[in-house]
Amino acid sequence: MKFHSRFITPLFVLMILTALMLISCEKSKEETPEKPAETTENQGSSDSHGAPTAAPPEPSDTIKIGVAGAHSGELASYGLPTVNAVNMVVDEINSKGGLNGKKLQVVAEDDVCKPEVATNTATKLVTEKVAAVIGHICSGATKSAIGIYKDANIICISPSATNAELTLSGQYPNFFRTIANDAAQAKLQVDYALHKLHVKKVAILHDKGDYGKGSATLAKQYFEESGLAAIALFEGVTAGAVDYSAIVQKVKQSGAELVVWGGYHPEASRIVKQMRTKKMSTLLMGSDGLKDETFIKTAGEFAEGVYVSGPQDASKNILNIKAINDHKSRFGTEPGAFFINAYSAAMALTNAIAKAESTDFQALSTTLKKESIDTPLGRISFDEHGDVVGSGFSIYQVKNGAFKEIK
Amino acid sequence: MIDTLLKSLRTALWFMFLTFPILAVRIDSLKNAVTVRWPAVIILGAVIFLISVLWHTAGLVKRSWFFRFDGFKQFIQRLPDQDALSPFMIRTTLGAAAVFMISLPFFASSYQTNVMINALLYVMLGLGLNIVVGLAGLLDLGYVAFYAVGAYLYALLNLHLGIGFWIALPMGAALAAFFGILLGIPVLRLKGDYLAIVTLGFGEIIRLILENWDRVFKGPSGISHISRPSLFGIGIMESSVHHAIIYMYYIVVVLVLSTFFFVSRLKHSRIGRALLALKEDEIACQAMGIDKMKTKLTAFALGATWAGMAGVIFAAKTTFINPASFTFMESAIILSIVVIGGMGSIPGVVLGAFFLVLLPEYFRELGDYRMLVFGGAMILVMVFKPRGLLENTKPTVTYVSQQTGPDTP
Amino acid sequence: MFHDKAGYFFELFIGGLTKGSIYALIALGYTMVYGIIELINFAHGEIYMIGAFTALITAAALTAFGVTHPLVLVSVSGITAVVYASAYGYTLEKVAYKPLRNAPRLSPLISAIGMSIFLQNFVLLAQTSNYIPFPNLIPPLPFLEPVSHIMGTVDFIILCTTAVIMILLTFLIRKTRIGTAMRATAQDKTMARLLGIDVDRIISFTFITGSALAAVGGVMVGSKMGQINFYIGFIAGIKAFTAAVLGGIGSIPGAVLGGLILGWTESFGTGYLTSDYEDVFAFSLLVLILIFKPSGLLGRNTTPKV
Repeated sequence: MKFHSRFITPLFVLMILTALMLISCEKSKEETPEKPAETTENQGSSDSHGAPTAAPPEPSDTIKIGVAGAHSGELASYGLPTVNAVNMVVDEINSKGGLNGKKLQVVAEDDVCKPEVATNTATKLVTEKVAAVIGHICSGATKSAIGIYKDANIICISPSATNAELTLSGQYPNFFRTIANDAAQAKLQVDYALHKLHVKKVAILHDKGDYGKGSATLAKQYFEESGLAAIALFEGVTAGAVDYSAIVQKVKQSGAELVVWGGYHPEASRIVKQMRTKKMSTLLMGSDGLKDETFIKTAGEFAEGVYVSGPQDASKNILNIKAINDHKSRFGTEPGAFFINAYSAAMALTNAIAKAESTDFQALSTTLKKESIDTPLGRISFDEHGDVVGSGFSIYQVKNGAFKEIK
Repeated sequence: MIDTLLKSLRTALWFMFLTFPILAVRIDSLKNAVTVRWPAVIILGAVIFLISVLWHTAGLVKRSWFFRFDGFKQFIQRLPDQDALSPFMIRTTLGAAAVFMISLPFFASSYQTNVMINALLYVMLGLGLNIVVGLAGLLDLGYVAFYAVGAYLYALLNLHLGIGFWIALPMGAALAAFFGILLGIPVLRLKGDYLAIVTLGFGEIIRLILENWDRVFKGPSGISHISRPSLFGIGIMESSVHHAIIYMYYIVVVLVLSTFFFVSRLKHSRIGRALLALKEDEIACQAMGIDKMKTKLTAFALGATWAGMAGVIFAAKTTFINPASFTFMESAIILSIVVIGGMGSIPGVVLGAFFLVLLPEYFRELGDYRMLVFGGAMILVMVFKPRGLLENTKPTVTYVSQQTGPDTP
Repeated sequence: MFHDKAGYFFELFIGGLTKGSIYALIALGYTMVYGIIELINFAHGEIYMIGAFTALITAAALTAFGVTHPLVLVSVSGITAVVYASAYGYTLEKVAYKPLRNAPRLSPLISAIGMSIFLQNFVLLAQTSNYIPFPNLIPPLPFLEPVSHIMGTVDFIILCTTAVIMILLTFLIRKTRIGTAMRATAQDKTMARLLGIDVDRIISFTFITGSALAAVGGVMVGSKMGQINFYIGFIAGIKAFTAAVLGGIGSIPGAVLGGLILGWTESFGTGYLTSDYEDVFAFSLLVLILIFKPSGLLGRNTTPKV
């Protein structure tokens, strides 16, 4: 091993020294234009430290819109519909001549809903100099990516990340979403369960996931605060498991009148199926993860009577009907989850770019909060935290194979 | 020729038959309508036919790319051998590599740099697992658990006590090593695939505990706002992600270099040789007085140490962690790095990590086909290079005739 | 009160039994392949998924053409699924494992992982990422009606299928000519070849049988779950693998025993403790059993040769 002792060691030392030297150079170079991370004002144009990522988008004849989310892997079904949605909005605008005289271009990047991949996705989009991002899909991935966008002064509108912290913590001025946060939904569910259904004993189940457990925990908190109902059970089940008979048996044993489900529809449809075949009449209530046609299709007759909270009924909305029909004629299928939210996000974003006549962070952010726009979700704008205003939530019940809004 | 065409036709027809229901038949469950997409199947058939013809006639794949690759492989393998190459050559190669690695952040975008950090992180993980799998021959499918231990240790320490990266790094390594020993003691008497499944189970147990024990680990919503590393106690990197990425990059480069240094030393150390020997024949080793348990435990603990360090870096790099990053698939990818690179070979692991981490990133151009191509590439590499891209050279003695051979050491 | 408790126990027991027999059904194919070539076939779960998809597509196509007779539907789509899964299994072995027969032990494992990723994404791209409703192919058995709240028709059929397949497989391996050849191949490939056994054919046969079993499992579980997507194979695969190891890899009754124990552990763990840690119980039990019986419950204990 003469080789190693001879050059690796000096090389190694040399490398460390060079690295340290470079870092300290970087440091002194950087210190002048430094700004505290808290100030969100004046970030837009005055920002000028040599980093290529932070440079304002170069004037060119296209405006790039990033779409980030799970486009492959386990959760692809939540990410792919949003790509279709943004593509549809963008194509329509382009066919009318574009925005501010520029064509729009969609840059779709996969993050597999994993935090570590999401940082790559985010830096990739930043390098591509996108004007804004529609995404990410999962709250976890969003949390790891949002800081990178914040640093690069890029607006990020998520169609589906419902985690309350993202907006309510106030740490991400560049984050917006076209979906109500978990807290608002859980509150609505709990109120309905307590005051309309008058349940005294509930079982709360979730899928151990970010979204599911988050909303279940909030529901539990609101039930406990009200003091009107006992929580018989609060447990997570394994997503994708072949059988849920044991947990259903446990719900039966607990004597709960209502199961509040935090999570998506595949597990819920099997749980409700198993409850009904066990001749249980326990009610089931879920959040917008359940409000998906696939739920009714897979659970069939067993879906009848299930309560679901979801965005206010927009199915009579002309834009909504148009968006869904366009999707059907273009892709030949029903649009999937979060399609409408992504469609609305894209509309709100493009509208803001048009109204602000720029893609500058500050201008966009103000316009998004100020301007209301008609979207498939209804007439929406954003509040100071970035949460959507104008698209409220209602409770639905499955009746005759369709979601019926309860007034 | 006719024979080749017939053979290719048969292959093409077979694959058309195979893929027919899933590729061609599209069901609309809403309307109970069935559409058949013939073009897809016909195109697939044609492509398979062409590949098959080329394969049989030219032996295309066998001879061109991979063949030349062999030459490269020999070059790499000979690197450590002083006599095979002039010191000048080695110095230039290593120097060029060093210059490239050091200057990368200056010409590459932060995306490129970020991806490179990822790749280097996996090099570290690969080298760590290589100690366990490559040297000691213990199949570990739960390696990601140690990675998670490191990441969560730093995240929690940072969250509650505000402890910085540089203090957490050795702590993460130590805790992971402790977990390695903890797991090793009961399970190391298991053999082969039984050990594999137990380690897989261990990995899953750790992940499930992280997911379910909210009060301590914050559950599936994860821990955010983890501090990035500071330089000599100054948190200068908080302001700009771009600079933080560059700084992170150099930290990882230095750590990877020290890993190289350590692992290549280990391989030829007393323990390294004992491990290699144990892999070959346990009974003979025990007869020679090697303490089987102690040696295996050392391997396990050492492997875990690197995973722990990589975990701390990972947490500092993404600034947000949740259990979704520590699934079984992650272990499978790290294992693939070791095997695809060439078990036991250090340059192999580097190549394997670059292959498996950079490939999916650069395949982003392929859009939805990204993971399909990735899976296919894994199969292809294994089929054509069953011993990995860079085969490990075991310490062997070959008899070379004095007249014809090069000078023997 | 006592009656109530006993009833709860009984229902958990039955629940664990059906869950366990699902694991066992998939584990049987796993263990067969393992027994012959000592390869953890990670793509086995994907074959099971492809079986389920083929059955679904066939049934949908038949329904679209106006065939509605339940018996015709279930038999035709079941047989198509088995045929296709076998074809996939056969091709899989030829493409990804056969070239690696003399490679280091871990290489086929990696190509299996690659194959698993490949097949998942193939189905994802060619079909859909969404869950698709799986038609209820199995008509309800009238005599189970009174106990349908404890055990449904599909559960009952899964249980019977697992039992029948276990017996048939044991017979195949113990008593028939090809079974003897399989055992010989498993023990020593070179020796088997010297004795005139076509080892390649035996391995192909094993893959075909194992894949056919996976398809049967896919159709059954699809009917039970009422929905499938491209990812179901991965989850089922890991559980089945665990079951196979628990029982002792390569042992047919072991796979069934392992599956059942796994099912019961999860069921009772959920029922009496918490479902949060369902899988933790399963894996902890696995670790415990393997510590005391290092080659599984019914696995052969091989003493190292010097």
